[in-house]
Amino acid sequence: MNKLFLIIQREYFSRVKKKSFLIMTILGPLLMAGVMIVPVWLAMRDKTDHQILVLDHSGLFIDKFPDTKEIKFTYGAESLQSAKAKLKDGPFDLIMEIPMEVINESKATPFLYYKKQPGMSAEQYISNTMENILFDYRLQGDSIDISKLDKARRPVQILTMKVSEDGKDEKTNTGINMAIGFGCAIAIYMMIFLYGSQVMRGVIEEKTNRIVEVIVSSVKPFQLMLGKIIGVALVGLTQFILWVVLTIIISTSVNSILFKDQIADTQKQNAQIEKVMKNDITAGTDKMEKINSPNEVVDLFNNVKNINISKVLICFAFYFLFGYLLYAALFAAIGSAVDSEADTQQFILPVTIPLILSFIIAQSVATDPDSSMAQFFSIFPLTSPIVMMVRLPFDVPNWELALSMISLIVGFLFFTWVAGKIYRTGILMYGKKPSWKELGKWLFYKA
Amino acid sequence: MESILEVKNINKQYANHVALNNVSLSVAPQKIFGLLGPNGAGKTSLIRIINQITGPDSGQVFFNGEHLSPKHVDFIGYLPEERGLYKKMSVGEQVMYLAQLKGLKKADAKAKLNAWFKKFEIESWWDKKVEELSKGMQQKVQFIVTVLHEPKLLILDEPFSGFDPINAQLIKNEILELRDKGATIIFSTHNMGSVEELCDNIALINKAEKILDGSVKEIRQTYKSNTYNISFKGNLLGFTNALWAGAELLDKKSDDDVHTVTVKMLRQNKPNDLLQAVLANAEILSFNEIVPSMNDIFISVVENKSTLNTQSSYTE
Repeated sequence: MNKLFLIIQREYFSRVKKKSFLIMTILGPLLMAGVMIVPVWLAMRDKTDHQILVLDHSGLFIDKFPDTKEIKFTYGAESLQSAKAKLKDGPFDLIMEIPMEVINESKATPFLYYKKQPGMSAEQYISNTMENILFDYRLQGDSIDISKLDKARRPVQILTMKVSEDGKDEKTNTGINMAIGFGCAIAIYMMIFLYGSQVMRGVIEEKTNRIVEVIVSSVKPFQLMLGKIIGVALVGLTQFILWVVLTIIISTSVNSILFKDQIADTQKQNAQIEKVMKNDITAGTDKMEKINSPNEVVDLFNNVKNINISKVLICFAFYFLFGYLLYAALFAAIGSAVDSEADTQQFILPVTIPLILSFIIAQSVATDPDSSMAQFFSIFPLTSPIVMMVRLPFDVPNWELALSMISLIVGFLFFTWVAGKIYRTGILMYGKKPSWKELGKWLFYKA
Repeated sequence: MESILEVKNINKQYANHVALNNVSLSVAPQKIFGLLGPNGAGKTSLIRIINQITGPDSGQVFFNGEHLSPKHVDFIGYLPEERGLYKKMSVGEQVMYLAQLKGLKKADAKAKLNAWFKKFEIESWWDKKVEELSKGMQQKVQFIVTVLHEPKLLILDEPFSGFDPINAQLIKNEILELRDKGATIIFSTHNMGSVEELCDNIALINKAEKILDGSVKEIRQTYKSNTYNISFKGNLLGFTNALWAGAELLDKKSDDDVHTVTVKMLRQNKPNDLLQAVLANAEILSFNEIVPSMNDIFISVVENKSTLNTQSSYTE
């Protein structure tokens, strides 16, 4: 026991002290935070200032474009030729010419002249606004009451309610359930691959360094294998926790510090636009969505509350740990059977197939969480860590969950036993790459 | 004689071949025991069984009279033939780790390591990474780790490989010193010169079976064929004529009037009979019996099993 602790200690510290661990620990959250922040940042950066001169031959759009912080509209009646001269020397960087025919002919298009190509968002803003103006204009032309139309077109949103045991209704949200399930499943999948292969590499390293025979003369091969698996698991947990903490710190602080002004601005601006639109021409369904959105956010948080968070967390920890342990034992066995990493392909494939299969199955499980396929694969130990996590937010019966956990523990014990048998023979075999048949024979060698 | 290690009727079979076939041997305490045999004979299998890395299919091993069990691991030091160290770890961390795996307490390990590093004058290596050391330097570190916990039984598989002659001598002296301090050493090697120099007893394993064992002295005596080397000044023809039927001339070499001949005594004739016969014709410069080297014995026994059967029955 004392020796096992020594092994775990070495495996843990020799990895944690590595520069690559430090780099990955810092880089990981930066990447993740980057994934979250960059799109927001890009979207904001896109909004360069534009001064647009509108030459409206139809007369419909004069003074109808609401100014935004970035886009200012000026209306003129001069010829395109003289306007283009202004484009060259200044103050405008865009000229929009709206032909007379735009009102009646769908083929007629306005033209936007530029010195520097405007971004997508500016173009989008202009065309959206024009569409709305035209929409309202045509409706008025057909004498249709806009307010009635607004009433007629209400978006329908389904609220799913779960009737719980005590008869209370609980709100659920399929989207959030799926997101939580898949998030956990991806974390488990990554953990298994990243750290399972670290175990494998560690075993190969010991074998090629020829230190393994020295060590197994002091400790049992199984102890060495177990020590390595546990040590690497602790490394994984350390890194995972650091990632989560750092990601949260980085993304929240960056968001609040870097984008503080912009966020406030955007909000102010949105309010302004709404006000303008309300006063002016109502913006149809667009407006409806905006009004609905605050409620939606509140509902979202309610839904998260309604999923049994502690149950999901406990199950996540369980499947995370035992899924890793089971696969790490298999990876250790693979590492022991070969002399170099290049030889591992043949053996890795059958181990990765159930993992990848789990994800394929998980897709259909999310759409039908109570199918018999979902039931089977969420209990089968090689796929349960991933499939069950996807199923879990959809409320799995307790007996199924218990069965799945027990079968995972049994599977873990079984595969660790098998791996231990292969490991203790494999680590002392040098030279030729064994076949599957030989690995089978190793199971029956006497210790 | 009480033995520290007793191996009884060990059998070990792998899928396709027999590694050990009914092998028995006993190792006397405080002696150096040579475990010899050609490549693939089964030496490593036997050593791994003694180290409890693998188990025998049948048979028993006794350590100090007790059934071999995991608690004995701490009394055995093993230097495998295929040996290495963690390349990325520092020497100090590594030796501390390996010493503690052998059951030494941290402070104890540190004190003993300091003493050894001082003795070998390698204190400056402590903070180096293993990959910065040469192969010979790594071997030194490995030797220290093997003997650090003062094992009662030391198993050294090709301990001199990778050492230059100076360091080989250093290690040789350490081995002898350890024996004098009370350790028993099992020594596996293909270097027959060092067997003659170091070993008290040997066992020879070939094709999974023990084919010869006993003390080095006795075995060499057993294998001598009653031949002698004689150098003399005088008449070679007169000398050969004087041999009569009691001895056979196997080889002769002449350098001016100094002749060196190899003579095999026939029947029960004694060297003195020969000397008396030739004294009249030769001035004897040297006369010595040819005792076969372990190298010769090894080759003849392994290559020709038929002679060995008669011989080994004689030694037993």
